[in-house]
Amino acid sequence: MDLTLYVWRQKDAKDSGRLEKYPAKSIDPNMSFLEMLDVVNEGLIQQNIEPIAFDSDCREGICGTCSMTINGIPHGPERGTTVCQLHMRKFKDGDAIYIEPFRARAFPVLRDLITDRSAFDRIIQAGGYVSINTGGVPDGNAIPVPKVAQEEAMDAAQCIGCGACVAACKNASAMLFVSAKVSHLALLPQGAVERKRRVLNMVGQMDAESFGSCTNQYECEAVCPKEISVQFIARMNREYLQGRVLPEA
Amino acid sequence: MDGNSETSTGGAAMTLDAKIPAGPLVEKWERHKFEMKLVNPANKRKFHCIIVGSGLAGASAAATLAELGYNVECFCYQDSPRRAHSIAAQGGINAAKNYQNDGDSVFRLFYDTVKGGDFRSREANVYRLAQVSGSIIDQCVAQGVPFAREYGGNLTNRSFGGALVSRTFYARGQTGQQLLLGAYQALCRQIDAGNVKMFPRTEMLELVLVNGKARGIVVRNLVTGKISSHAADAIVLATGGYSNVFFLSTNAVGCNTTAIFRAYKKGALFANPCFTQIHPTCIPVSGDHQSKLTLMSESLRNDGRIWVPKKAGDKREPQAIPEADRDYVLERKYPTYGNLAPRDIASRAAKQVCDEGRGVGPSGLGVYLDFSEAISRLTEHTVRERYGNLFQMYEKITGENPYRMPMRIFPAPHYTMGGLWVDYNLMSNIPGLHVVGEANFSDHGANRLGASALMQGLADGYFILPYTLGHYFASTKPEKVDSSHAEFRKAEEEVRERLKKFLSIRGKRTTTSFHRELGQLMWNECGMSRTDASLRKALQRIPEIREEFWRNLDVLGSHDELNTSLERAGRVADFIELAELICQDALHRTESCGGHFREESQTEEGEALRDDDHFCYVAAWEHQGVGKPPSLHKEALQFENVHLAQRNYK
Repeated sequence: MDLTLYVWRQKDAKDSGRLEKYPAKSIDPNMSFLEMLDVVNEGLIQQNIEPIAFDSDCREGICGTCSMTINGIPHGPERGTTVCQLHMRKFKDGDAIYIEPFRARAFPVLRDLITDRSAFDRIIQAGGYVSINTGGVPDGNAIPVPKVAQEEAMDAAQCIGCGACVAACKNASAMLFVSAKVSHLALLPQGAVERKRRVLNMVGQMDAESFGSCTNQYECEAVCPKEISVQFIARMNREYLQGRVLPEA
Repeated sequence: MDGNSETSTGGAAMTLDAKIPAGPLVEKWERHKFEMKLVNPANKRKFHCIIVGSGLAGASAAATLAELGYNVECFCYQDSPRRAHSIAAQGGINAAKNYQNDGDSVFRLFYDTVKGGDFRSREANVYRLAQVSGSIIDQCVAQGVPFAREYGGNLTNRSFGGALVSRTFYARGQTGQQLLLGAYQALCRQIDAGNVKMFPRTEMLELVLVNGKARGIVVRNLVTGKISSHAADAIVLATGGYSNVFFLSTNAVGCNTTAIFRAYKKGALFANPCFTQIHPTCIPVSGDHQSKLTLMSESLRNDGRIWVPKKAGDKREPQAIPEADRDYVLERKYPTYGNLAPRDIASRAAKQVCDEGRGVGPSGLGVYLDFSEAISRLTEHTVRERYGNLFQMYEKITGENPYRMPMRIFPAPHYTMGGLWVDYNLMSNIPGLHVVGEANFSDHGANRLGASALMQGLADGYFILPYTLGHYFASTKPEKVDSSHAEFRKAEEEVRERLKKFLSIRGKRTTTSFHRELGQLMWNECGMSRTDASLRKALQRIPEIREEFWRNLDVLGSHDELNTSLERAGRVADFIELAELICQDALHRTESCGGHFREESQTEEGEALRDDDHFCYVAAWEHQGVGKPPSLHKEALQFENVHLAQRNYK
């Protein structure tokens, strides 16, 4: 199949950036979207044009590195899929495809499609952990965890931290990301001990990173490659309220 | 002391002292913990350590060392430490908890691992690994890792290849992700506390020695291109394996050998480089555009049955092939272990049937992994609950529904048992240079069992290195060295020259085209099976590729900006040299063992035939210069607690 790409090119954080048009010819429908870009890049190098810079690593949908917006949708048109797992068979011969970086004030563009998402790391550093040291912990079976709680914690814990939720949100809110970690740890007895401090600190950092507010329109859930439910946002709001009004137990 | 030995062909003689503690196997680690020197808690902050890599081994080591009070700097090439490739491990982590009451024990895990590794690992290391395995599970649970549980609230287990007990703990098909997030969160806590300084998007490009000790690294900031030096009292490499030497592998596209290879070129010994693991259950290659191969967890072999048509060239749809015309190849050849035979054995069985023309799929390079029997026995719902995310991933990549059609799978390079040589304290032959996780060679011998990589990475990082590194600090008094030392200037200059060289060639071929050519050569000549002739062919061709690379490479852009092609060029340059080392090791080891299958050395049934009289040793190679044969040092392996036997999974 033959396609026309319109790709965001931006030399560095200071450059204003622009869309450039590139043809992508003889594309095999079995290619992943990133393999298609690899092929285009090989062609660009041969023409003495610097290749399109994009982030990717595991290419199996779990590391959360790849991040781009395709025709206005973070990670592209297929639900529950990172762009590295999106395959060209989802497109039609002759399609025009617009490829841009994830856009949010908290995710500045470093080059072309690569953004700086270290704000997410700083939110986890603010409290997204259980405060225990290595060693001196009880046997793994000492505290029974109800299967239902463990399953729900796992539903939240599978967040890959890619930032698509932020890129999809008109307010660039990070509520889905933060609520997934807050919920994962609050649902387990091991994490419940410091749930109040945690949610207050993480939300405080989220606000400091200039992410926007949540207005409950759920674009985040719609683009999340792990299909993390917005019900965790409701849970985090409850956790936050309790953290603000009730003393730490 | 046992396990010491000294042999050398070529270069200067070097004593390879594995520093295995004396005493009975079960007491060695306890005794060693007591004998090791301790650092006064108030003095710990005066010791600086650098950790390169933030996967399971690196992140767990960084967090634990910082908790103890050491001053830690941690580096990774990814944009966040949470993205290291440990995250992609699917199936699980082994531990000798015996929660299932099915006969497991520390000794059984030890035994299975030594046997699974085809008797090419150190008994003492493996026993220690089995001993600390239980603590890993406790630690991860306490961190909030949501391991699968029973309705009663207890942890549950599944079986994995190479074992007859259920000892594998898992978190759906995302165990590596959850364990890494646990270690990452512990690391984040230490970053927040100011005990760890984290450097993401930063790649180590050189190791710096001062007075024969590892004292620092030179790194490149991958965003700005800035080259800088970092000094420390000890360096820990936790940079993973080198399967990407095959270009197509299950590794992340960024995984590379540069950190350990730079150390090798500075004098660290590279042990058993030819011990590479080909994983049996990966999605077959679909075309020339392919950039990586995707693993389907080995846990699928618990319920999936591997088969091919009995007749060569049978092109019927799988559903149209009646039972009588199917060959369930692993069940037939290994009735005891069946579909759960170890990885090297399952991979070779798949290759063998494909070589006979019985492979399936458009390329003929594939075997079926069929769940229809499991679906009728357990219901589709249960199968979905166990493997749902894996089935979904398969469908995304291939466009086929594995609930209706058997999966097609084929082996792919996955893990490298070889790595930098380390002693019992996880220190290389360069004082101060420690190596943990997949980057070292120590625990898996010639073949790693499923669900043991996560175990080893976390054992090294949480429970072994924090003790042994303290011992190193307390027993050597590192002199004051900072990054203004002349050795750092020299190393920085070498790094800059190399980067400028890549950019100045302006030839006609891209980095990827060289990498792809190298990978194809390695897969064909030094892949699932190797011969004297194939290895000699590769050894002839690799120097030609290397020569052309340095003459005809084309990298655009500059060194002082974000330049992904330049990053890759440096990694591929190192892979080319490593490939030569792998082939040299494979050529010298004329026996078959584990993942290293020399066609000249096989039993009548086509199984790997070891040669214990001549090869019961670790082959540790010393660099002698590019294009020159490395010199070999041998560490003899002594088996006092397990009987050296032909592996039998029948």
